[in-house]
Amino acid sequence: MNFILGILISSIAVTIIVLIPLLGVGAWNLYTLFGIIIPYAAMATFFIGIVVKVIGWGRSPVPFRIPTTAGQQWSLPWIKPSPIDNPKTTMGVVVRMIFEVLTFRSLFRNTRLEYRRTEGGPKLDYEWEKWLWLAALVFHYCFLVIFLRHFRFFLEPVPGFVSLLESLDGFMQMGVLPIIGFGLPGVYLTDMLLMAALTYLFLRRIYIHQTRYISLPADYFPLFLLLALGTTGLLMRHFLRVDITAVKELAIGLFKFSPDPKILSGIGVLFYIHLFIVCVLIAYFPFSKLMHFAGIFLSPTRNLSNNSRFVRHVNPWNYPVKTHTYEEYEDEFREPMIEAGLPVEKGAESTGETEEAESGEKE
Amino acid sequence: MADTPKPEELAGIDYLPPLFRGWINEPAQIRPGIYCYAAKPKNLDYVGMPNAREWNPVDDDWKLPENWKEIILDGIRERLEKFRSFKLFMDICVRCGACADKCHFFIGSGDPKNMPVLRAELLRSIYRKNFTVGGKIFGILAGARDLTEDVLKELWYYLYQCTECRRCSLFCPYGIDTAEITMMGRELINLLGLNIDWIAAPVANCYRTGNHLGIQPHAYKDMMDFFTDEIEEITNIKVEPSFNRKGAEILFITPSGDVFADPGTYTCMGYMMLFHYLQEQGLDITWSTYASEGGNFGYFTSHEMAKRLNAKMYAEAERLGVKWILGGECGHMWRILNQYMDTWNGPPDFLEEPVSPITGTKFENAKTTKMVHITEFTADLIKHNKLKLDPSRNDHLVMTYHDSCNTARGMGIFEEPRYVINNVCNNFYEMPPETIREQTFCCGSGAGLNAGEDMELRMRGGLPRANAVKHVHEKHGVNMLACICAIDRAVLTSSMEYWVPEVNVTGVHELVGNALVFEGEGERTTDLRGEPLAGMEEEEDV
Amino acid sequence: MDLENFLINNRSNIIKKWRGVILASYPEGSQRFLAKEKSRFANPVGHVIDRDIETLYDELVKGEVIDKITSCLDNIIRIRAVQDFKPSHAISFVLGLKKVVREELEGSPVENGLWGQLQAFETRVDEVVLLAFDIFSQCRQKICDIRVNEVKNQVGRLLERANLVCEIPENEADI
Repeated sequence: MNFILGILISSIAVTIIVLIPLLGVGAWNLYTLFGIIIPYAAMATFFIGIVVKVIGWGRSPVPFRIPTTAGQQWSLPWIKPSPIDNPKTTMGVVVRMIFEVLTFRSLFRNTRLEYRRTEGGPKLDYEWEKWLWLAALVFHYCFLVIFLRHFRFFLEPVPGFVSLLESLDGFMQMGVLPIIGFGLPGVYLTDMLLMAALTYLFLRRIYIHQTRYISLPADYFPLFLLLALGTTGLLMRHFLRVDITAVKELAIGLFKFSPDPKILSGIGVLFYIHLFIVCVLIAYFPFSKLMHFAGIFLSPTRNLSNNSRFVRHVNPWNYPVKTHTYEEYEDEFREPMIEAGLPVEKGAESTGETEEAESGEKE
Repeated sequence: MADTPKPEELAGIDYLPPLFRGWINEPAQIRPGIYCYAAKPKNLDYVGMPNAREWNPVDDDWKLPENWKEIILDGIRERLEKFRSFKLFMDICVRCGACADKCHFFIGSGDPKNMPVLRAELLRSIYRKNFTVGGKIFGILAGARDLTEDVLKELWYYLYQCTECRRCSLFCPYGIDTAEITMMGRELINLLGLNIDWIAAPVANCYRTGNHLGIQPHAYKDMMDFFTDEIEEITNIKVEPSFNRKGAEILFITPSGDVFADPGTYTCMGYMMLFHYLQEQGLDITWSTYASEGGNFGYFTSHEMAKRLNAKMYAEAERLGVKWILGGECGHMWRILNQYMDTWNGPPDFLEEPVSPITGTKFENAKTTKMVHITEFTADLIKHNKLKLDPSRNDHLVMTYHDSCNTARGMGIFEEPRYVINNVCNNFYEMPPETIREQTFCCGSGAGLNAGEDMELRMRGGLPRANAVKHVHEKHGVNMLACICAIDRAVLTSSMEYWVPEVNVTGVHELVGNALVFEGEGERTTDLRGEPLAGMEEEEDV
Repeated sequence: MDLENFLINNRSNIIKKWRGVILASYPEGSQRFLAKEKSRFANPVGHVIDRDIETLYDELVKGEVIDKITSCLDNIIRIRAVQDFKPSHAISFVLGLKKVVREELEGSPVENGLWGQLQAFETRVDEVVLLAFDIFSQCRQKICDIRVNEVKNQVGRLLERANLVCEIPENEADI
């Protein structure tokens, strides 16, 4: 797949996704469809899809213990083992997984010594190897914070941690900056960082030849979708405000399985675009690479301890195989073995060569 | 002035990406020097592998069985059900590119299809088309493609350009292991009889004679007798190895490369000397001609084939009635012993928990597998002062150490060999940190790719490792590269010959053999290779 | 104007373009990696190209020290000899320098009065191409040697032990 085509197709797809609710709600007033039916369908797809997928993975056994060992094994008592990178116990695995999931440790591993060349002076145009790690980390954490902040719309009363997050996140209060209209309400740090990280992750895909070469529309599509999601969210927050009270009423109604269709028409079309993008995203989720969020927990090279030399690992489908037994081996090579003075199980019974062979111990 | 041909014409930039094409519709060109010869039918037949036939990778017609697509797709289905790793790794890659530049073949060749992610995508594209909803609906847009003969050939070509070294898996945020994917891919390819002969022949040999080279038992013993003579010539000590001896306490298994290919042979002499040295202290050890192979080329064929070959180790241990098994220096052998053997062919209840008869150390980390790595064994001996060593006998060597991929990332044995080396050598320098230990670079010829016909591939793949060796050679004068892998010993020798001709390759126990001081031995003037020791150069001439 | 001075003054520019010519011979998907990855251990190919074409250039301009030229060429060609290049492609990068230099020289060399000097320089480049051809052949020969050595080493001892070969003992007369 060529990257130009990939980007083109993905952006067309996302544009269509934005246009659908714009027409559906804006022109044809299909409020119930976009406000109630599609969200329920998307959520059902999301939850069922993920459960089916994870169960599907789980149904396949882990026949062998294949952790990637990244440190010294546990062996002799005076050799210091590496309990996290080469975990011996479940505890070590848990710590390894925590580091992996919360800090993207493998990605961070990309450490390099810089041996810069000089060409009439030091060269300074080297790249910091951690950009990918940093952008990935920023994106995921910002997404988490923004997701949690949205609890404000689903829960009444708003839980304390949500308010706390909001005030922490909004500390920048970029609203004091001269741009009028930007001031109300305060800009969230995570919003900005999320968009920046997404933009970086996208640009990086095109800019770095290797990733450009390997990228599929399936890689650009989620990025564009998230960018569109963020953009509509920001628009709603800062420029084209929608009726938050109605939104909240709808959200709570949806979660209580008793949405009130009457409030639907009071909410601006921008909200429906935002909502529809979320629906597409979560419905797309179980069928896409986004499932990596669940997959990481099941990854056999990370979630197993390196203990297969002292704790037996059982393969549930282990089956007997045909082997070449010692008897077959000796039957084939008995004569020369005897001749070479190698011990055998059975003497050379068939011929009278035995004595000859045993007596003649010649080199 | 006459027009010289334009550089672009001469340089003939082969690769110009058309605007709307990408890797997915660029068929691979199978090149000489890169691909390995096809498996001979007799070798596949001997072990009962399917679809054995004469075929040639560069021919258009691979003589595939009629229902080959069905075979591959059924094979994928079966493996998805059997291996969570496979199922998961087919689904969760986000193509972040963290692995892309970690592969020695990519680094050395610049061929983008050697990026680990892309090698996996070759298989994933088939998986998507046939096993996922998205792939079926969106086709190429979802990175899915039909299984055609071209796709199969491309897959084959690149499956035999991966040494299963797992370096990429170290950097993958989800732990996706290309080795695992390559193993699945090779299993599938083998269903169509598409193995390479460099793997198929050792497999058949190992099945029949117990070792990859097809050495018959008497020749094996003969070779060891030859070493006995050589050792006697150098040290005046007569070692007496025993074979297939029932009632011995320990069974020793090492790759057959140590017995028949230089410079592994010197490592073998090192083992023999060590065992002889310890005899007085109560070591009771035997070699076996039936289980005369530590390595396992079946592992590069299929899990089943690997299990069939591996079965000999426990079978022989049981037959001989030993208490535990000691394993020699070998890379993939130890990944198998660590991560597969007990699961395949265990539990070895007839064995006992390994205890060093010399030091009394219990090898608790080998409690169920009952197999100890020789550097663990030797490191323990040195720690307990059980060996009289004269490291100055290795003073003519300036050492560095190469961590073999399998023992590094499939086991984690880093300190033991270093401890041994540091006790038997005086000059040791590490290579740069991003090229050793868990980040070690592959020799470039592992996983059955150490054939002769693919020498260009091997040299490319060996470049990153050789480059680091060259660095320490230039900086510290390193002239000897130690390793604990038989394939390494054989192939790094060639790689060094091409890239850094001043550096030789050795096993760790060759160094031990050099340094070991026997009672009543003659004064040594040469090392095991017959090279004069430091300060002995003149005496040689006398 | 003096060509040598010109080549010295425009050194970094010419080298950069020349490097570009070499990198362009690699597949598009890996060019950037070869160009940008700065660690000499993570990117030996790019590193060698970077380092050795500089030295090569300097020696060419000065027109001296054949040893240095040989060793630089060897480093680069040793790599290219095992990559996916036809023999001509593997060494043609040397000729690329001619074109780069002509492009850098604004205006016709005849007008600049550099014609003679340029011809001399280009002749040197041509000589280096011949040298490159020798080196390439040596590298290929080495690969063949290694192949043969491996086969010998694998079976040699075995044959010897099996008494299938009988070598003439050395220094028979001395005994």
